[in-house]
Amino acid sequence: MKPLNRINDFVVSFATINGSGSASANNLFAKVVFRLGVPVSPKNIFPSNIQGLPTWYEVRVSEQGYVGRRGDVDLMVAVNGQTLRRDYDSVVSGGYFVYDSSKPLPEDFQRDDVVTIGIPMTRLVTEAIDKPKMRPLLRNIVYVGGLAALLDMEPDPFVDALNSQYRKNVQLAEPNIQALQLGYTYVRQHYPDTCRLKVQPRDRTGDAIMMDGNTAMALGAIYGGATVVGWYPITPSTSIIEAFGRYVQKFRLEEDGRCKAAIVQAEDELAAIGIVIGATWNGARAFTATSGPGISLMTEFLGLAYFAEIPAVVIDVQRAGPSTGMPTRTQQSDLLACAYASHGDTKHPLLFPGDPRECFEMTAAAFDYADRLQTPVIVLSDLDLGMNDHFSPPLAWDPQHRYDRGKVLDAEQLDALTERWGRYRDVDGDGICFRTYPGTHPDKGVYFTRGTSRDEYSAYTEDSGAYTRNMQRLLKKWETAKEVLPKPEITVARKDARVGVIFYGSTTPVAREVIDQLHRRGCPINSMRIRAFPFQQEVWDFIRTHELVIVIEQNRDGQMRTLLINEGDVPPQTLLSVVHYNGLPIAGRELIVTLEETLAAHGLVVAAMSNETGGVS
Amino acid sequence: MTFFRPAFRHPDLPPNAAGFHRRDYEGGLSTLCAGCGHDSICNAIIDACFELALPPHRIAKLSGIGCSSKTPAYFLGRSHGFNSVHGRMPSIATGANMANRDLIYLGVSGDGDTASIGMGQFVHAARRNLNMTYIVMNNGCYGLTKGQFSATADKGSKSKQGNVNLLESIDLCELAIQLGAGFVARSFSGDKAQLVPLIKAGLSHHGLSFIDVISPCVTFNNNPESTKSYHWVREHSEATGTFDFVPFRQTITADYADDTVQEVVLHDSSVIHLHKHPNGPDITDRRQAIDNLEDHKEQGVILTGVLYVNPDSQDTHDILQTSVRPLNSLTEADLCPGAQALEAVNTAHR
Repeated sequence: MKPLNRINDFVVSFATINGSGSASANNLFAKVVFRLGVPVSPKNIFPSNIQGLPTWYEVRVSEQGYVGRRGDVDLMVAVNGQTLRRDYDSVVSGGYFVYDSSKPLPEDFQRDDVVTIGIPMTRLVTEAIDKPKMRPLLRNIVYVGGLAALLDMEPDPFVDALNSQYRKNVQLAEPNIQALQLGYTYVRQHYPDTCRLKVQPRDRTGDAIMMDGNTAMALGAIYGGATVVGWYPITPSTSIIEAFGRYVQKFRLEEDGRCKAAIVQAEDELAAIGIVIGATWNGARAFTATSGPGISLMTEFLGLAYFAEIPAVVIDVQRAGPSTGMPTRTQQSDLLACAYASHGDTKHPLLFPGDPRECFEMTAAAFDYADRLQTPVIVLSDLDLGMNDHFSPPLAWDPQHRYDRGKVLDAEQLDALTERWGRYRDVDGDGICFRTYPGTHPDKGVYFTRGTSRDEYSAYTEDSGAYTRNMQRLLKKWETAKEVLPKPEITVARKDARVGVIFYGSTTPVAREVIDQLHRRGCPINSMRIRAFPFQQEVWDFIRTHELVIVIEQNRDGQMRTLLINEGDVPPQTLLSVVHYNGLPIAGRELIVTLEETLAAHGLVVAAMSNETGGVS
Repeated sequence: MTFFRPAFRHPDLPPNAAGFHRRDYEGGLSTLCAGCGHDSICNAIIDACFELALPPHRIAKLSGIGCSSKTPAYFLGRSHGFNSVHGRMPSIATGANMANRDLIYLGVSGDGDTASIGMGQFVHAARRNLNMTYIVMNNGCYGLTKGQFSATADKGSKSKQGNVNLLESIDLCELAIQLGAGFVARSFSGDKAQLVPLIKAGLSHHGLSFIDVISPCVTFNNNPESTKSYHWVREHSEATGTFDFVPFRQTITADYADDTVQEVVLHDSSVIHLHKHPNGPDITDRRQAIDNLEDHKEQGVILTGVLYVNPDSQDTHDILQTSVRPLNSLTEADLCPGAQALEAVNTAHR
């Protein structure tokens, strides 16, 4: 057996039990790697449960900056007896298996292609730590210390991180540091030079940050000027609202302690979106955050907002469906449900952020788009993007940016009007009409909002002509939306490349890595990252100029492909679907195999590449 | 269409204290059936707003779906209106109220809209004690879909087609009291003398004012065996006592014998004087208010009037500790922390 021998390019997995405090220990490891200047990507693979079930925390270390999920495990830290066998089997050939040797491994654990490293974690903490209550938590720190020694990392950055983590609770720092040293020393003594995976300090992180998408979206809502929130708890979106609440306390308190935001926990998602629509109708910026089941409940109201032309920002952090599905697993499977949410002829602008920075920017911008277009705008994130920390460019805010409140008439403008105002009269041809907020003017600008059909002056009518004119105008507004929304990001590897790949959202880092890889192997592929719906001309041009277009997405039915075929003049056979939908974040090693097969089926054979690196190939 | 409104108004009709005439509070022509109780309630709303001299454009009127929810088109034509989706008026009202605490919110709903499809939203608006007046036009049936029983239809009540309601009815007032609404009243569309001051008191109360108005459906549920018919309600109702509502602008001049008058001072210093039986229940006591309702129900009597008031009630804004300024008036300078603060956030994430 040849043990894996790599620097800053491998995957570590921590197999633990949820609710046992392992998350913060695992996070400590990822954070220190990041602070050593090496790009890193932690992913929490967790069950829909509070305590006692198996959970994994995968950390990909990638000096090259590939921070999508790779797949496979090079080094397993197995501290969950329930999954020991499975964890042992899942280590790649040549990999390392670290376990708690306070109990011997079962006799049938006899792989000869894996380096087995036993650290008596439980015994070490039992001997050294007086307080029995603290032992389970500190056992987690013992394996972090052991891992540091195995990977040739200095203990100092870990000590620094612990000190800063417990700066408000200094008496906790000491036992943590002690536990770290226990693991570190034990490995140094018993397993010197055993592991050939190394973390070495680099300067590859620049000004990047480590942040989860949900936090970034909460900040986006703060910066975008949201003041009213209607919400109902649902995984994996809840932490957006929690973070928003924390940032309200930090940034939005008045001197008397009152806050410049109303966060209303509603009785259900029907009410949550109703609160948003009531607030935006009344001139505030408002949003809700939910997941698939919530979107289902919100659809009736989304249709009202579409037809009555009321702005709304909805964040959908997608999880695996249908129905309750797998609440703590990721997917991109609400696309069609969101694009055409509600009965009747409805469609809604969608945004597809690809990293936390874009989560921030697009959420903030969504308020401008919703106000400008007077319609609901849905920002589609997913559990992987929303709840995992991501290596991301820093968040940026342009101080010159001013909120675009769209076409709203104030009292002065109403007084200056020379012709009769109509709430649903398009005076300048973009399909968007001027609105007023309640209470603006004593006798001008009043109208009655309704989901029933009405004429240009918002008077109830069932007249076919008035109804059809209105529906046509909404289509014109749909065209305007294409100019307002962000364009796709197109990367041209070679002008004459025959193959184009389309992806969006959290698939982005994996897709980019795989495309790089195929390019290096002599198969140039152009790519397009879709950032918004409705699709702009650039999308159709990209598809038209490639012989084969592969749409990579994380759902079973190829929903983006369906949307493209439905919305454009695209021959269905030119769009090939590559999907991943098992609930785990899409992984590069699986994706490249599927892509190779798809290309081979169309006569494009990609040269093989030696597997010396830890990358996807 | 129930009536044609004459275009002529007497030129000497006096304006109210704010300089508005009654017609400034009127709306479009009703399209409800002739004799519908809802039209009487609309007129009572118009009278109440006129008499309180509320600026019409500072009122927002909201509704769900159903005959009752069509009515905001028939009053307050100078107020913004929102006819939302079935059973969801309370959430729209909640959002609107959160956005601008300075407007007056008047929600109109029906018994189907509130007690069935919108039950969840109703009870939670009451729990939040949203600052609004919530009127249910209660006829015990679904009018727009031709007469099916609603959840407020009394057990044993018979419809025009002869069907008997076999299910327990929901008493919305009792629920509202339990759930923390600050002002709860019941009235009858045929009793304008009681209804107008009730709506005025409701509009003046800070918190959720819930007014259940029995409003017979002349087309589907006005037969003698229906407990929501004009005839039945007239025969079987009893008021908690006559009462005066004194808006805060007016001086109290009348003197009442202490043992028969309960005085309740509302948040805006308006006063309700309730002339009640000497040993009648205290309307500021939740338990007594509920017992009172149940006692009358046992006797087959519909109790009307002010059923419960909590003059110190805290509304949603008080509970959430939101800014005293309307949130929709806050600008970028109030809301956006700026680039420098964001850089500090970035640093905390390295």
